[in-house]
Amino acid sequence: MKQFWGRALRPSYMGIVYFFFYFPILVLVAYSFNNATYSMLWHGFTWSWYQLLFQDSDLWTAALHSLILGVTAATIATLLGMLAAISLYRYRFRGQNLLHGLVFILIITPDIVLGISLLILFNTLDIPLGFISLLIAHITFCIPFVVVIVYSRITGLDKNIFEAAYDLGANEWVSLTKITIPLLKPALIAGALLSFALSFDDVLISYFVSGPGFEILPLQIYSMARFGIKPELNALCTVLFSVTIVLVLLSQWLTRKKS
Amino acid sequence: MLVCPPVFLHYGFYVFYKRNQSEQMANTIIEIKGISKSFQGNSVLEDINLTVKEGEFLTLLGPSGCGKTTLLRIISGLENPDQGQLLIGGKNCRGLSPQERHVNTVFQSYALFPHMTVFDNVAFGLRCQHLPKAEIETRVNAALQMVKLQKYSQRKPEKLSGGQQQRVAIARAVVNRPIVLLLDEPLSALDYRLRKNMQLELKQLQRQLNIAFVFVTHDQEEALSMSDRVVVMHEGKVEQIGTPRQVYENPANMTVAHFVGETNSFDSRVIEVLGKTMTVDIQGQTFTVKNTRDYAPGDHVHVLVRPEDLKVWSHADVTDTTNMLPATVTEVIYKGSTVDLMVRLSDNTLLAASEFFDEDDEKLEYTIGEKVWLHWFPGWEVVLPYEA
Repeated sequence: MKQFWGRALRPSYMGIVYFFFYFPILVLVAYSFNNATYSMLWHGFTWSWYQLLFQDSDLWTAALHSLILGVTAATIATLLGMLAAISLYRYRFRGQNLLHGLVFILIITPDIVLGISLLILFNTLDIPLGFISLLIAHITFCIPFVVVIVYSRITGLDKNIFEAAYDLGANEWVSLTKITIPLLKPALIAGALLSFALSFDDVLISYFVSGPGFEILPLQIYSMARFGIKPELNALCTVLFSVTIVLVLLSQWLTRKKS
Repeated sequence: MLVCPPVFLHYGFYVFYKRNQSEQMANTIIEIKGISKSFQGNSVLEDINLTVKEGEFLTLLGPSGCGKTTLLRIISGLENPDQGQLLIGGKNCRGLSPQERHVNTVFQSYALFPHMTVFDNVAFGLRCQHLPKAEIETRVNAALQMVKLQKYSQRKPEKLSGGQQQRVAIARAVVNRPIVLLLDEPLSALDYRLRKNMQLELKQLQRQLNIAFVFVTHDQEEALSMSDRVVVMHEGKVEQIGTPRQVYENPANMTVAHFVGETNSFDSRVIEVLGKTMTVDIQGQTFTVKNTRDYAPGDHVHVLVRPEDLKVWSHADVTDTTNMLPATVTEVIYKGSTVDLMVRLSDNTLLAASEFFDEDDEKLEYTIGEKVWLHWFPGWEVVLPYEA
């Protein structure tokens, strides 16, 4: 009897959890095809919101900006984060534990603190708010995530592998490019994808450090949403959700070889 | 086959040249002079002095934590000594990185590059030297042939068995033609039978290559069966250096005696010295033993007898009991080639004895609780000064 309940409850519990996660998204996707502007009732299938979306040139510019920003920030953050993780692993120096701890603190620091402090920094240094300020901000909040991912991968590797490389005559550069980076590849891909995702949907920090000259998608959506949820927005979010799924599948495929 | 690659010819010439320069330098390839090392205030190596000779199989033997691996890492350049000098081929290695030393290491974990094929693993060192492609190919194939792995050259290490990975690690090191090959417990991850085979293969390989091997192990049987010389280490110090026979038959002190092979030790006093022999008191009985260290009457000593030297006689077989100790059998372990016994003396001391089948003892039948007489041939014991 006990077993019966266990067997019956476990799937239904999981079902409830997943329903809770995905139902709002499914509703959003459904409404993006609803042939009505304000009604919550189903009025038939339409592509019109997507047509409207693809004609909105402002939104396209913002999306392109976000893409450029995301890719650039993810690339730089991955490179810097990788180097930071390798140095934390390779070298023993004073204050190492402190630095390691600071990485985690940066992850849990409220975005609002980071946003305001970056804004003050840019004002002090007279850096105009726009692409550069956004890029610096996005790199800043992405690096800790990359460091944590890469560091956990590198500590899982056999330390002797790096020593073997030196023993066989590799210099620092050969060891980095032929041994370390290939072995860290899955972590680097994961770190870059996560950075891109973080950058692509960041509203709070970007809100503080963006300028009028460089519109980005999350802020655009945010300001659109303030005037009510239009079906066009549903369509846009559906597109973003689909892109996310493709990216997740892509990362799975790229790192599949293991096991 | 890497029978005598050019670099050895060069090295041979170098040695020849050196030999003319100074005779005592002749055969020495590595000289370790007064090396000390500590980690965070814990002394790991204390004043190590050691030489490695050309083409010899030298084993660093000791329990884990005795500093043998640290010593190996100092030779390879992965650690720097706090004090002392290291000469490889007569050249002072202070400040030389691992890349600049003509030695290669086989790691305990093999440390193969998991993302490269077997071929690329073995070729790694040669590619670092930017050798021509054709030469790399010839040498890698020769090395793989030597360890019988040509068939697997395009496989990834994870697709190989432990023994095969081990061979790749060896090929990857020797393909660079090092002056000395360093091996850090390379067989410890293999199962018993494979380990036996690899011991034989390693020994043959070493003869074939004719380069010095410095081999680290905690397995005394492995050390004795493979080495030309054994360095027994304990708590960061060298306790004894000698051939396997010297180390086993004439241990320098109690540490060596206990670590290398099993041994029974009697707490004893010298009664009388008669030139090369002396009489000692063991359990109230008088025994005549060799006097190898100028002992004087009254000296407190250990008399050591190896289990295989201890004869156990049933009461029925004995008529004369001089130079014999009475004991009781407490354990009988049949091992196939031997019968191992645990016997208890009247003062509760437990001793181990290994009995061999021979024409005198075809049966070797003992029962637990049986009263027996213990005996060894005078002179087969080792007498060492007493250590608390």
